[in-house]
Amino acid sequence: MIEILSGLLLGAGFGFVLERAGFGNPNKLTGQFRLTDWSVFKVMFTAIVFAAVGLLILESLGLVDPSSLFVPPAFLGAAALGGALVGAGFAIGGYCPGTSVVGLMSGRIDAAIFLIGLLLGTVLFAGIYPSIEFLTTLGEYAKADALPDAFSISSLSIDIGMVIAAVGVFVLGSWMEKKSKGPVGSQV
Amino acid sequence: MVNKVVIAKPAPYMNPLLAGILLGMVLLATFVVTGHGLGATGFTTRLAAWIGMYVAPVATNANDYLGGMVEEGKPLNAWITWQVIGVAIGALLSAFLAKRIHIQLDGKKFLGGAKRPLTALFGGILAGFGARVAAGCTSGLGLSGAAVLSLAGFTFLGTFFAVGLIVSRFLKEEK
Repeated sequence: MIEILSGLLLGAGFGFVLERAGFGNPNKLTGQFRLTDWSVFKVMFTAIVFAAVGLLILESLGLVDPSSLFVPPAFLGAAALGGALVGAGFAIGGYCPGTSVVGLMSGRIDAAIFLIGLLLGTVLFAGIYPSIEFLTTLGEYAKADALPDAFSISSLSIDIGMVIAAVGVFVLGSWMEKKSKGPVGSQV
Repeated sequence: MVNKVVIAKPAPYMNPLLAGILLGMVLLATFVVTGHGLGATGFTTRLAAWIGMYVAPVATNANDYLGGMVEEGKPLNAWITWQVIGVAIGALLSAFLAKRIHIQLDGKKFLGGAKRPLTALFGGILAGFGARVAAGCTSGLGLSGAAVLSLAGFTFLGTFFAVGLIVSRFLKEEK
Protein backbone atom coordinates (compact mmCIF):
# COMPACT_ATOMS: atom_id res chain seq x y z
CA MET A 1 0.00 0.00 0.00
CA ILE A 2 2.77 2.40 0.96
CA GLU A 3 4.61 1.35 -2.20
CA ILE A 4 1.57 2.13 -4.36
CA LEU A 5 1.08 5.50 -2.70
CA SER A 6 4.74 6.55 -2.94
CA GLY A 7 4.82 5.53 -6.60
CA LEU A 8 1.66 7.45 -7.43
CA LEU A 9 2.65 10.59 -5.49
CA LEU A 10 6.27 10.81 -6.61
CA GLY A 11 5.23 9.97 -10.17
CA ALA A 12 2.53 12.63 -10.07
CA GLY A 13 5.10 15.20 -8.93
CA PHE A 14 7.38 14.12 -11.78
CA GLY A 15 4.64 14.31 -14.41
CA PHE A 16 3.28 17.60 -13.08
CA VAL A 17 6.67 19.33 -13.22
CA LEU A 18 7.51 17.92 -16.67
CA GLU A 19 4.24 19.27 -18.05
CA ARG A 20 4.73 22.64 -16.30
CA ALA A 21 8.15 22.95 -17.94
CA GLY A 22 6.61 22.35 -21.36
CA PHE A 23 8.13 18.89 -21.76
CA GLY A 24 4.99 17.41 -23.26
CA ASN A 25 5.62 19.57 -26.32
CA PRO A 26 7.83 17.91 -28.97
CA ASN A 27 8.66 21.26 -30.60
CA LYS A 28 10.06 22.52 -27.32
CA LEU A 29 11.89 19.29 -26.48
CA THR A 30 13.65 19.08 -29.85
CA GLY A 31 14.42 22.81 -29.68
CA GLN A 32 17.31 21.75 -27.44
CA PHE A 33 18.87 19.87 -30.36
CA ARG A 34 18.27 22.81 -32.70
CA LEU A 35 19.88 24.95 -29.96
CA THR A 36 17.00 27.45 -30.09
CA ASP A 37 15.41 26.36 -26.78
CA TRP A 38 17.65 25.34 -23.89
CA SER A 39 14.90 24.38 -21.44
CA VAL A 40 15.80 20.68 -21.51
CA PHE A 41 19.43 21.34 -20.49
CA LYS A 42 18.45 23.98 -17.95
CA VAL A 43 15.80 21.87 -16.23
CA MET A 44 17.83 18.64 -16.29
CA PHE A 45 21.08 20.19 -15.07
CA THR A 46 19.28 22.06 -12.28
CA ALA A 47 17.47 18.90 -11.16
CA ILE A 48 20.63 16.75 -11.28
CA VAL A 49 22.64 19.32 -9.31
CA PHE A 50 19.83 19.84 -6.79
CA ALA A 51 19.44 16.11 -6.17
CA ALA A 52 23.21 15.45 -6.07
CA VAL A 53 23.87 18.26 -3.58
CA GLY A 54 20.78 17.27 -1.60
CA LEU A 55 21.97 13.66 -1.35
CA LEU A 56 25.43 14.81 -0.23
CA ILE A 57 23.89 16.96 2.54
CA LEU A 58 21.51 14.20 3.69
CA GLU A 59 24.38 11.67 3.66
CA SER A 60 26.62 13.92 5.75
CA LEU A 61 23.77 14.38 8.25
CA GLY A 62 23.40 10.62 8.43
CA LEU A 63 19.85 10.74 7.07
CA VAL A 64 20.63 8.77 3.91
CA ASP A 65 22.89 5.73 3.74
CA PRO A 66 24.97 6.05 0.56
CA SER A 67 25.30 2.27 0.25
CA SER A 68 21.50 1.97 0.05
CA LEU A 69 21.32 4.07 -3.13
CA PHE A 70 21.13 2.36 -6.49
CA VAL A 71 24.08 3.27 -8.69
CA PRO A 72 23.79 1.85 -12.22
CA PRO A 73 26.67 -0.52 -13.09
CA ALA A 74 29.40 0.91 -15.30
CA PHE A 75 28.69 -0.90 -18.57
CA LEU A 76 29.88 2.20 -20.35
CA GLY A 77 29.70 0.81 -23.87
CA ALA A 78 26.09 -0.24 -23.32
CA ALA A 79 25.26 3.16 -21.81
CA ALA A 80 26.93 4.96 -24.74
CA LEU A 81 25.20 2.85 -27.40
CA GLY A 82 21.83 3.04 -25.67
CA GLY A 83 22.23 6.78 -25.13
CA ALA A 84 22.99 7.23 -28.83
CA LEU A 85 19.87 5.29 -29.86
CA VAL A 86 17.61 7.08 -27.38
CA GLY A 87 19.10 10.43 -28.52
CA ALA A 88 18.41 9.58 -32.17
CA GLY A 89 14.90 8.43 -31.25
CA PHE A 90 14.32 11.68 -29.37
CA ALA A 91 15.55 13.83 -32.28
CA ILE A 92 13.41 11.94 -34.82
CA GLY A 93 10.37 11.10 -32.69
CA GLY A 94 10.22 14.28 -30.61
CA TYR A 95 10.11 12.63 -27.18
CA CYS A 96 11.99 10.50 -24.75
CA PRO A 97 10.06 7.66 -23.08
CA GLY A 98 8.98 9.63 -19.99
CA THR A 99 8.01 12.81 -21.82
CA SER A 100 5.93 10.84 -24.35
CA VAL A 101 3.56 9.98 -21.48
CA VAL A 102 3.30 13.71 -20.72
CA GLY A 103 2.68 14.49 -24.39
CA LEU A 104 -0.07 11.87 -24.55
CA MET A 105 -1.83 13.24 -21.47
CA SER A 106 -1.93 16.72 -23.03
CA GLY A 107 -3.74 15.25 -26.05
CA ARG A 108 -0.90 14.60 -28.50
CA ILE A 109 -1.61 11.76 -30.93
CA ASP A 110 2.03 11.69 -32.07
CA ALA A 111 3.02 10.89 -28.46
CA ALA A 112 0.65 7.90 -28.49
CA ILE A 113 2.32 6.70 -31.70
CA PHE A 114 5.75 7.19 -30.12
CA LEU A 115 4.63 5.05 -27.16
CA ILE A 116 3.52 2.29 -29.54
CA GLY A 117 6.96 2.55 -31.12
CA LEU A 118 8.55 2.17 -27.68
CA LEU A 119 6.69 -1.09 -27.16
CA LEU A 120 7.66 -2.32 -30.64
CA GLY A 121 11.31 -1.42 -29.98
CA THR A 122 11.17 -3.36 -26.73
CA VAL A 123 9.61 -6.39 -28.43
CA LEU A 124 12.22 -6.19 -31.20
CA PHE A 125 14.97 -6.13 -28.58
CA ALA A 126 13.45 -9.05 -26.68
CA GLY A 127 12.97 -11.00 -29.92
CA ILE A 128 16.65 -10.93 -30.85
CA TYR A 129 17.96 -10.81 -27.27
CA PRO A 130 20.04 -14.00 -27.36
CA SER A 131 22.14 -12.68 -30.24
CA ILE A 132 22.55 -9.14 -28.84
CA GLU A 133 22.75 -9.86 -25.14
CA PHE A 134 26.45 -8.99 -25.23
CA LEU A 135 25.51 -5.37 -26.05
CA THR A 136 23.97 -4.89 -22.60
CA THR A 137 27.26 -5.54 -20.79
CA LEU A 138 29.51 -3.85 -23.32
CA GLY A 139 32.53 -1.87 -22.18
CA GLU A 140 32.48 -2.62 -18.47
CA TYR A 141 34.63 -0.33 -16.37
CA ALA A 142 35.57 -2.66 -13.56
CA LYS A 143 37.31 -0.19 -11.23
CA ALA A 144 34.32 1.92 -10.22
CA ASP A 145 30.67 2.75 -10.89
CA ALA A 146 30.70 6.41 -9.85
CA LEU A 147 32.83 9.46 -10.63
CA PRO A 148 34.28 9.97 -7.09
CA ASP A 149 35.77 6.45 -7.02
CA ALA A 150 36.83 6.45 -10.65
CA PHE A 151 38.84 9.66 -10.38
CA SER A 152 39.52 9.72 -6.64
CA ILE A 153 37.83 13.09 -6.26
CA SER A 154 35.46 13.93 -3.42
CA SER A 155 31.73 14.11 -4.13
CA LEU A 156 31.85 17.69 -2.85
CA SER A 157 34.37 18.73 -5.53
CA ILE A 158 32.29 17.06 -8.23
CA ASP A 159 29.13 18.77 -6.98
CA ILE A 160 30.89 22.16 -7.01
CA GLY A 161 32.06 21.45 -10.56
CA MET A 162 28.51 20.57 -11.59
CA VAL A 163 27.10 23.77 -10.08
CA ILE A 164 29.62 25.79 -12.11
CA ALA A 165 28.74 23.77 -15.24
CA ALA A 166 25.02 24.38 -14.64
CA VAL A 167 25.58 28.13 -14.37
CA GLY A 168 27.54 27.89 -17.61
CA VAL A 169 24.63 26.09 -19.29
CA PHE A 170 22.24 28.85 -18.23
CA VAL A 171 24.54 31.63 -19.48
CA LEU A 172 25.37 29.93 -22.79
CA GLY A 173 21.80 28.73 -23.32
CA SER A 174 20.19 32.09 -22.64
CA TRP A 175 22.68 33.77 -24.96
CA MET A 176 21.94 31.32 -27.78
CA GLU A 177 18.19 31.63 -27.18
CA LYS A 178 18.51 35.41 -27.62
CA LYS A 179 20.41 34.94 -30.87
CA SER A 180 17.69 32.65 -32.28
CA LYS A 181 13.92 32.59 -32.20
CA GLY A 182 13.99 31.89 -28.48
CA PRO A 183 12.22 29.32 -26.31
CA VAL A 184 9.06 27.66 -27.67
CA GLY A 185 6.00 28.97 -25.85
CA SER A 186 2.78 27.22 -24.90
CA GLN A 187 0.66 29.09 -27.43
CA VAL A 188 0.42 27.71 -30.93
CA MET B 1 -10.81 37.77 -34.33
CA VAL B 2 -13.96 37.40 -32.24
CA ASN B 3 -13.66 33.64 -31.82
CA LYS B 4 -10.17 34.04 -30.38
CA VAL B 5 -11.72 35.38 -27.19
CA VAL B 6 -13.79 32.23 -26.74
CA ILE B 7 -10.83 29.83 -26.79
CA ALA B 8 -9.10 29.82 -23.42
CA LYS B 9 -5.46 30.75 -23.78
CA PRO B 10 -2.96 28.16 -22.58
CA ALA B 11 -0.86 29.39 -19.66
CA PRO B 12 2.83 30.02 -20.37
CA TYR B 13 5.39 27.36 -19.42
CA MET B 14 7.19 27.52 -16.11
CA ASN B 15 10.57 29.20 -15.77
CA PRO B 16 13.21 26.47 -16.35
CA LEU B 17 15.19 27.26 -13.19
CA LEU B 18 12.10 26.90 -11.03
CA ALA B 19 11.00 23.76 -12.89
CA GLY B 20 14.51 22.33 -12.46
CA ILE B 21 14.50 22.96 -8.71
CA LEU B 22 11.05 21.36 -8.35
CA LEU B 23 12.13 18.37 -10.45
CA GLY B 24 15.26 18.09 -8.29
CA MET B 25 13.09 18.04 -5.16
CA VAL B 26 10.93 15.23 -6.57
CA LEU B 27 14.03 13.29 -7.63
CA LEU B 28 15.68 13.74 -4.22
CA ALA B 29 12.50 12.66 -2.43
CA THR B 30 12.36 9.56 -4.65
CA PHE B 31 15.92 8.59 -3.68
CA VAL B 32 15.18 9.12 0.02
CA VAL B 33 11.96 7.09 -0.08
CA THR B 34 12.90 4.27 -2.48
CA GLY B 35 16.70 4.23 -2.76
CA HIS B 36 16.51 4.64 -6.53
CA GLY B 37 15.51 7.41 -8.89
CA LEU B 38 12.69 8.07 -11.34
CA GLY B 39 12.12 6.07 -14.51
CA ALA B 40 9.87 5.24 -17.45
CA THR B 41 10.99 2.31 -19.60
CA GLY B 42 10.98 -0.06 -16.65
CA PHE B 43 7.23 0.25 -17.05
CA THR B 44 7.01 0.02 -20.86
CA THR B 45 9.14 -3.14 -20.77
CA ARG B 46 6.76 -4.69 -18.24
CA LEU B 47 3.82 -3.49 -20.32
CA ALA B 48 5.31 -5.23 -23.38
CA ALA B 49 5.61 -8.42 -21.32
CA TRP B 50 2.03 -8.05 -20.08
CA ILE B 51 0.65 -7.59 -23.61
CA GLY B 52 2.77 -10.51 -24.79
CA MET B 53 1.26 -12.68 -22.06
CA TYR B 54 -2.12 -12.34 -23.77
CA VAL B 55 -1.19 -11.95 -27.43
CA ALA B 56 1.58 -14.54 -27.65
CA PRO B 57 1.77 -16.42 -24.32
CA VAL B 58 4.01 -19.26 -25.49
CA ALA B 59 6.57 -17.02 -27.16
CA THR B 60 6.57 -14.58 -24.24
CA ASN B 61 7.08 -17.33 -21.68
CA ALA B 62 9.93 -18.78 -23.70
CA ASN B 63 11.56 -15.40 -24.31
CA ASP B 64 14.91 -14.95 -22.59
CA TYR B 65 14.30 -11.29 -21.85
CA LEU B 66 10.58 -11.07 -21.03
CA GLY B 67 10.01 -14.61 -19.78
CA GLY B 68 11.23 -13.90 -16.25
CA MET B 69 8.77 -11.04 -15.90
CA VAL B 70 5.71 -13.17 -16.72
CA GLU B 71 6.77 -16.15 -14.59
CA GLU B 72 4.43 -15.22 -11.76
CA GLY B 73 1.78 -13.91 -14.13
CA LYS B 74 1.99 -10.31 -12.90
CA PRO B 75 4.57 -8.41 -14.93
CA LEU B 76 3.02 -5.05 -14.04
CA ASN B 77 3.26 -5.68 -10.30
CA ALA B 78 6.10 -3.25 -9.59
CA TRP B 79 6.74 0.19 -8.12
CA ILE B 80 7.57 1.63 -11.56
CA THR B 81 4.02 0.87 -12.78
CA TRP B 82 2.53 3.08 -10.06
CA GLN B 83 5.12 5.74 -10.69
CA VAL B 84 4.29 5.95 -14.41
CA ILE B 85 0.54 5.99 -13.67
CA GLY B 86 1.40 8.86 -11.32
CA VAL B 87 3.28 10.64 -14.13
CA ALA B 88 0.18 10.39 -16.31
CA ILE B 89 -2.09 11.74 -13.55
CA GLY B 90 0.29 14.60 -12.68
CA ALA B 91 0.77 15.57 -16.32
CA LEU B 92 -2.98 15.47 -16.96
CA LEU B 93 -3.67 17.65 -13.91
CA SER B 94 -1.02 20.18 -14.87
CA ALA B 95 -2.13 20.35 -18.51
CA PHE B 96 -5.77 20.71 -17.44
CA LEU B 97 -5.06 23.51 -14.96
CA ALA B 98 -2.97 25.36 -17.55
CA LYS B 99 -5.58 24.83 -20.30
CA ARG B 100 -3.00 23.01 -22.37
CA ILE B 101 -5.01 19.90 -23.28
CA HIS B 102 -5.32 19.99 -27.03
CA ILE B 103 -6.00 16.91 -29.19
CA GLN B 104 -3.63 17.23 -32.11
CA LEU B 105 -0.90 15.60 -34.17
CA ASP B 106 1.94 17.80 -32.95
CA GLY B 107 5.50 18.25 -34.21
CA LYS B 108 4.78 18.32 -37.96
CA LYS B 109 6.75 21.54 -38.43
CA PHE B 110 10.11 20.16 -37.32
CA LEU B 111 9.63 16.40 -37.48
CA GLY B 112 8.73 15.26 -40.95
CA GLY B 113 5.66 17.28 -41.97
CA ALA B 114 3.03 14.92 -43.42
CA LYS B 115 5.27 11.98 -42.44
CA ARG B 116 4.94 12.91 -38.77
CA PRO B 117 3.24 9.61 -37.77
CA LEU B 118 6.22 7.75 -39.22
CA THR B 119 8.84 9.87 -37.43
CA ALA B 120 6.95 9.38 -34.16
CA LEU B 121 6.80 5.60 -34.66
CA PHE B 122 10.40 5.22 -35.83
CA GLY B 123 11.70 7.48 -33.05
CA GLY B 124 9.79 5.41 -30.52
CA ILE B 125 11.24 2.15 -31.86
CA LEU B 126 14.80 3.50 -31.67
CA ALA B 127 14.29 4.84 -28.15
CA GLY B 128 12.59 1.64 -26.98
CA PHE B 129 15.40 -0.53 -28.33
CA GLY B 130 18.13 1.82 -27.07
CA ALA B 131 16.69 1.99 -23.57
CA ARG B 132 16.92 -1.83 -23.32
CA VAL B 133 20.54 -1.82 -24.47
CA ALA B 134 21.46 0.76 -21.82
CA ALA B 135 19.03 -0.67 -19.22
CA GLY B 136 17.55 2.79 -18.76
CA CYS B 137 16.29 5.90 -20.51
CA THR B 138 16.69 9.65 -20.14
CA SER B 139 14.93 9.55 -16.76
CA GLY B 140 16.18 6.29 -15.33
CA LEU B 141 19.79 6.37 -16.44
CA GLY B 142 20.38 9.99 -17.54
CA LEU B 143 18.65 12.03 -14.85
CA SER B 144 18.69 9.56 -11.94
CA GLY B 145 22.06 8.05 -12.85
CA ALA B 146 23.76 11.43 -13.05
CA ALA B 147 22.29 12.49 -9.68
CA VAL B 148 24.21 9.65 -8.00
CA LEU B 149 27.30 10.68 -10.03
CA SER B 150 27.41 7.39 -11.94
CA LEU B 151 29.73 6.93 -14.89
CA ALA B 152 26.95 5.16 -16.81
CA GLY B 153 24.57 8.10 -16.31
CA PHE B 154 27.01 10.71 -17.61
CA THR B 155 28.11 8.45 -20.47
CA PHE B 156 24.46 8.00 -21.49
CA LEU B 157 23.79 11.76 -21.37
CA GLY B 158 26.92 12.47 -23.42
CA THR B 159 26.06 10.25 -26.38
CA PHE B 160 22.34 11.07 -26.03
CA PHE B 161 22.92 14.76 -26.63
CA ALA B 162 25.74 14.35 -29.15
CA VAL B 163 23.76 11.99 -31.40
CA GLY B 164 20.54 13.98 -30.91
CA LEU B 165 22.33 17.13 -32.08
CA ILE B 166 23.70 15.41 -35.18
CA VAL B 167 20.49 13.58 -36.13
CA SER B 168 18.31 16.68 -35.77
CA ARG B 169 20.47 18.38 -38.48
CA PHE B 170 18.95 15.93 -40.98
CA LEU B 171 15.36 16.94 -40.24
CA LYS B 172 14.22 19.83 -42.36
CA GLU B 173 11.87 22.49 -41.05
CA GLU B 174 8.60 22.72 -42.98
CA LYS B 175 7.69 26.22 -44.08
